[in-house]
Amino acid sequence: MTVYEVFRQERKGQPFQHAGALSAPDPAFAEVYAREQYGRRQESVALWLVPRDAIEELGDFVDELGRTYHRVDGYPLKEKLKEARERAAARAG
Amino acid sequence: MSELLLELADDELVIGWRDSEWTGIAPLLEEDVAFSSIAQNEIGHARALYELAARDLGTTADQLAFDRSPSDYRCSALVGLRLVPDWARTIARRYLYEQADERRLAALKASDDPEVAGLAAKIDREEAYHRMHAQMWFERLEDEPRFVQALEELRPLVDLRDEHPPELAELWEEMTMVRRSQPAGTTW
Repeated sequence: MTVYEVFRQERKGQPFQHAGALSAPDPAFAEVYAREQYGRRQESVALWLVPRDAIEELGDFVDELGRTYHRVDGYPLKEKLKEARERAAARAG
Repeated sequence: MSELLLELADDELVIGWRDSEWTGIAPLLEEDVAFSSIAQNEIGHARALYELAARDLGTTADQLAFDRSPSDYRCSALVGLRLVPDWARTIARRYLYEQADERRLAALKASDDPEVAGLAAKIDREEAYHRMHAQMWFERLEDEPRFVQALEELRPLVDLRDEHPPELAELWEEMTMVRRSQPAGTTW
């Protein structure tokens, strides 16, 4: 049995999103099961079936030096605002 | 015409019940889902067909579906059989049923009655998925002796409508039990 990851598109033009997985002995069975489980209620306009083995998973992203400025969440605005206010208050005082 | 609609409706109702007997116990989770949804579709078709027949016969869909005696049902002997837990025969029945159903729907789609033709076309669009399911199993099992034997054993039953297997009466008991429990004078 092969595990297929199923991605579905809700409306034309929208990105495909991961919907779940199914297991099937070959692509013909996978197609029928996918239609049955992810398409029969008109909830999708298209499906992608991807054998799980075909997916290259990458992980383990190191950030030894803690360079948070590479990330969107590297700028905790609340903290920075607080510091700026304190500086402004100190100057004014 | 209502005779033909009743044959088809009885077939769809009974095979829907039989297919639903796999819910929760099919050999694969995916088949559990497939059989359950095929069963729902078939019973939906039965309902639409009974409604159409009921108008011609001056009765209601529920009365046609549940208030006749088991021997009055016009369904094929193929669908009455209780096949759980025999998967080979279950798949053989689905395959034979869908083949026969396809021929019958093609004839009804060409009917002069626009309501009948329209309903047949609607049903056929759903049956296309059932045929796809049956066909893929057929291609996978066609050389399996158990499956070949099941096909041979069941094929003669497809057009047999005047005799019912004894378990059809048992199914009818189950199918109508709740309806018959209704206290006199009440309606659903």
